[in-house]
Amino acid sequence: MAEPLLQLSGVHTHIGPYHILHGVDFAVPAGQLTMLLGRNGAGKTTTLRTIMGLWQASSGAIRFDGKDITKNSTPDIARAGIGYVPESMGIFTDLTVRENIVLAARSGPVDSARLDWMLGLFPALKRFWNLPAGNLSGGQKQMLAIARAIAEARRLLLIDEPTKGLAPVMVRNMIEAFKALKAAGETILLVEQNFYAASALGDNVVVMDDGRIVHSGAMSELVTDKNLQQRLLGLSLDAHQ
Amino acid sequence: MIDMAVEPTASPEPLPRNKTDWLPLALVPALALLALPFVGSGSTWVTLTVAGLAMGMMIFLMASGLTLVFGLMDIINFGHGVFISLGAYATLLVLGPLAGWGQADSVWLNLGLLLLCILAAMGVTGVVGAIFERVIVRPVYGSHLKQILVTMGGLIVAEQAIHAIWGASPIPLPLPQTLRGAFVIGDIVMERYRVVAVGIGLVVFIGMQLLLNRTRIGLLIRAGVENPEMVEALGYRIRRLFVSVFVAGSALAGLGGVMWAFYRQTLTAGMGMEVMVLVFIVIIIGGLGSVGGCFVGSILVALVANYVGFLEPKLALISNILVMALVLIWRPQGLFPVARR
Repeated sequence: MAEPLLQLSGVHTHIGPYHILHGVDFAVPAGQLTMLLGRNGAGKTTTLRTIMGLWQASSGAIRFDGKDITKNSTPDIARAGIGYVPESMGIFTDLTVRENIVLAARSGPVDSARLDWMLGLFPALKRFWNLPAGNLSGGQKQMLAIARAIAEARRLLLIDEPTKGLAPVMVRNMIEAFKALKAAGETILLVEQNFYAASALGDNVVVMDDGRIVHSGAMSELVTDKNLQQRLLGLSLDAHQ
Repeated sequence: MIDMAVEPTASPEPLPRNKTDWLPLALVPALALLALPFVGSGSTWVTLTVAGLAMGMMIFLMASGLTLVFGLMDIINFGHGVFISLGAYATLLVLGPLAGWGQADSVWLNLGLLLLCILAAMGVTGVVGAIFERVIVRPVYGSHLKQILVTMGGLIVAEQAIHAIWGASPIPLPLPQTLRGAFVIGDIVMERYRVVAVGIGLVVFIGMQLLLNRTRIGLLIRAGVENPEMVEALGYRIRRLFVSVFVAGSALAGLGGVMWAFYRQTLTAGMGMEVMVLVFIVIIIGGLGSVGGCFVGSILVALVANYVGFLEPKLALISNILVMALVLIWRPQGLFPVARR
């Protein structure tokens, strides 16, 4: 594995009286796409929110690019170069598509080359450029959420279930977009329930269950080992193709 | 200003049309036209309509800050009325040394005096607003019940402080010389001060619309009203935005307090609290967090109050509640609901 850009060590998170993460350990190597898999309620979303500082880790350490960000505020974590796309997408529906993008480019105007690249990945957004984002379909909102996360250069993207609820054609478009992002050298931690999408994209895989990491390794190993799939995820890749 | 250079290559396909919600906007002229045959006389109708517009603008000035504070910060601030009272009393800081400006028969000196009163009121209420947010509001973020209790307590303490500083008796506040009386055009009579109030209300409304729609800070406020967590995840420190909006909301209440005080021509410590029922009605009618809705709601409530007060004075007291009930039956989220998480 390459040098990790993000490293979680023994992270515990409590939400109110509930102990959700129980000593989570894993690394996200720079320049690679790491998939975070697991059944509903395994703690994947909590892991992303804890990395972003939206829920504070009660113990353990989160290091980003060698620096401890465990106790940092969410804005400081974002400013360090981590982009976040929540499961709910977090689109500002009263703002236009353009305004969503303008706001995401915190350090200044989006340069035209980057804008062309983004809209090349998600051409559907052009048609709605000056319309409120609330008018977009679910798939288009997801495109906007990801476009917003890459409106300026980020060092790491955290993306939570981008294919959830999307039509198959939209899922295929999304997979192509992520392949393009990988090719552009982005480092991505992607939460996904769709194993077909996960297997098509992931370099590495981390599997969670009940707030713990139960497996981490190369995605190719999980794709070829059906027994491992059955044991970790209760499925086989064949069933999802 | 927002960078307008960000534009993608134009699409050759026809764009979907943006749907503008015209119905709530049409309510105001529809209501005014509906009242005309009941009022009977055209000149009386114009007088009532201008008076309603002026009252609506003053209510808007007092309420706009509260709707933003509620929308962005999810704070129910029952202490908002204190900024209205305090803004009104702050005029005394200007009227003391510059009383002669108000008695002079010069439009410029009179308007200058009004402007200085407004600036003093906004300055005082802005500073007090910052302290109020830090000391009273910040410890109770996230708990509506505590907010109601503690801001109500803050209101009572501040009212008593006004009594201690300026005394408990009402203080007369005469209008500057040239703002007294009325413009008479044929049979139509329009009080000068009300026309000035309409002008100031419109300037503030247009200013707020430009700020909210054409600047990055405005985008942040609108985005923060909808999803503050996501604004933070984009790297913006929303806590600072909260404080700024609270201070601006308090200053706007101070401005409204000045206009309301000159309208009543009397200062009382309880004047802010008395008008809070009206303020809450218009922000609920407008849609919590919506400045445009607050503007339309204020005018609607004020016009109804004026028309009903003229036609059936006994019903004037309940007319506002009736308007709110009808609007909420039609649109339970208010005229212009703000999208929320």
